Amino acid sequence: MIEFHQVTKRYDSDHTALRQVNFGLERGELAFLTGHSGAGKSTLLKLVMVMERPSAGEVVVGGQVLNRLPRRQIPYIRRHIGVVFQNHQLLFDRTVFDNVAMPLEVMGASPRDTGRRVRAALDKVGLLKKEKMNPMQLSGGEQQRVGIARAVVNKPPVLLADEPTGNLDPELSADIMNLFGQFSQVGVTVLIATHDIALINEMGRRTLTLDHGRLIAGGTSVIGGAASGL
Amino acid sequence: MASDPRRKAESARGANKARSPWREQAESYLTHHRKVAEDSARRLWQTPVASLMTWTVMGVALALPVALLLLLTSLQGVSAGWESSARVTAYMELDVSLDRARVLADDISGDGRVAGVELVDREQALTEFRASSGLEDALDYLEGNPLPHTLLITPKEGARSTEGVEGLVRFVEGMEGVELVQVDLGWLQRLNAMTDLLARAVWALAILLAAAVVLVIGNTVRLSIESRRDEILVAKLVGGTDSFVRRPFLYTGTWFGLGGGAVALILLQLSMWWLSGPIERLAVLYRSDFSLDGLQIDGALALIIVAMLLGWLGAWVAVKRHLDDMEPGDIAGG
Repeated sequence: MIEFHQVTKRYDSDHTALRQVNFGLERGELAFLTGHSGAGKSTLLKLVMVMERPSAGEVVVGGQVLNRLPRRQIPYIRRHIGVVFQNHQLLFDRTVFDNVAMPLEVMGASPRDTGRRVRAALDKVGLLKKEKMNPMQLSGGEQQRVGIARAVVNKPPVLLADEPTGNLDPELSADIMNLFGQFSQVGVTVLIATHDIALINEMGRRTLTLDHGRLIAGGTSVIGGAASGL
Repeated sequence: MASDPRRKAESARGANKARSPWREQAESYLTHHRKVAEDSARRLWQTPVASLMTWTVMGVALALPVALLLLLTSLQGVSAGWESSARVTAYMELDVSLDRARVLADDISGDGRVAGVELVDREQALTEFRASSGLEDALDYLEGNPLPHTLLITPKEGARSTEGVEGLVRFVEGMEGVELVQVDLGWLQRLNAMTDLLARAVWALAILLAAAVVLVIGNTVRLSIESRRDEILVAKLVGGTDSFVRRPFLYTGTWFGLGGGAVALILLQLSMWWLSGPIERLAVLYRSDFSLDGLQIDGALALIIVAMLLGWLGAWVAVKRHLDDMEPGDIAGG
């Protein structure tokens, strides 16, 4: 589902964020992405979302080579990628429902369809009763779950998460991780960037470790290989 | 391997299409447009003072050239009216007798281009002059009557064009005993030249003000883009196309245009009402049927549409300049 072939990302200065990164993630696979801060985790995620383009190498998502993707095609790729952020990026000028509905709105889904799918997503994260509230009235954990509902509402084949548990206590973090696990079981490819080692160890999943832009563990080039855990 | 999920994604999309056929797609597109339009209008309404100020700026900028254009049109109407009432005055030589003048008058009135000829004999002319000029005493010092017999010739309707009148003048000038033929068209030509010049100036002004309107709206929309930055980034993040992200701002610009056009109409009506009294009096004094015509319904409609187009254009400039560059890259922190 996600493939990196010899991907290097160099920024204008002599700062190189990623060096010759190779890995592949299968459909339905859940993996962690870890490393010290500045190791290149965010850069890697941005490459998948076409927020950045690689300086060298190839990024393939869902069989599509992103390097040569014309700018106007980018939105259509992003509709197949759900993203969850540490600071969840919710909009406080609208209800929980409207926040979650955004990915459907940009796709031009009919109102009937939208209502059904938004409620399904909110139900999944256990916030069905709070659809009319403003995200500001929710707790940190609930806000994060709204963010997750928004990321999965249009059933994307790929789900990325950038420090999704960064601000949460361990119990809530476990809840959230449990959710991600459920998504991977229904075939969603999940990649979670985090430096919460305890959480990673607990889950016992495949872990990609970055160090100064190099992938030093978990990055098998044998796509779909038996790579797992540290 | 990677192609398998891709096929999956495609078939999922295919299923989507099957569930929502073309009709439903178009319907939800229109629903979305209506929603965005309403939302943009509501946002303007929520900041009434700021919106009203923008509308007023736009209204003034639009009302000014339109008012000048209306004035010009009215002026051109006036000069056309006077042109049609142009009269040709033929002065006889002093030694032409009254009988000879009568014969000439008959000859001229026989011409196809002439509607009527009035003969003013020298005595009558002197009496009129004495009465109207206030120069009675001065006239008493003159030895004789210095005024000639005069023919006042009114051209027929068909001959009232500039060329027609000129032809008539040549015809009368060629007659025996006619000393001088005058057509008081010179000032009319000057007025026409002046209104032409004025028209160009007004159009130049209109173009400048239209550019100003575009820039004002552009700047206002830019501020609105800045204040909705988060929303734009999230929309781009979840796969909103450029046109999706632009849409609310283009509607905002269009609504600014609508409001500006309405304010312009109100300003025009107010100034028309304020000016109508004095203009009527002036027209009566000049015995003219001059009247300042307001905008008709089609003119008002055109004004509103132009205003909306200008607002849309201003928003487009701002959107092109500030929105397309916005990328959600900075959203996903370190």
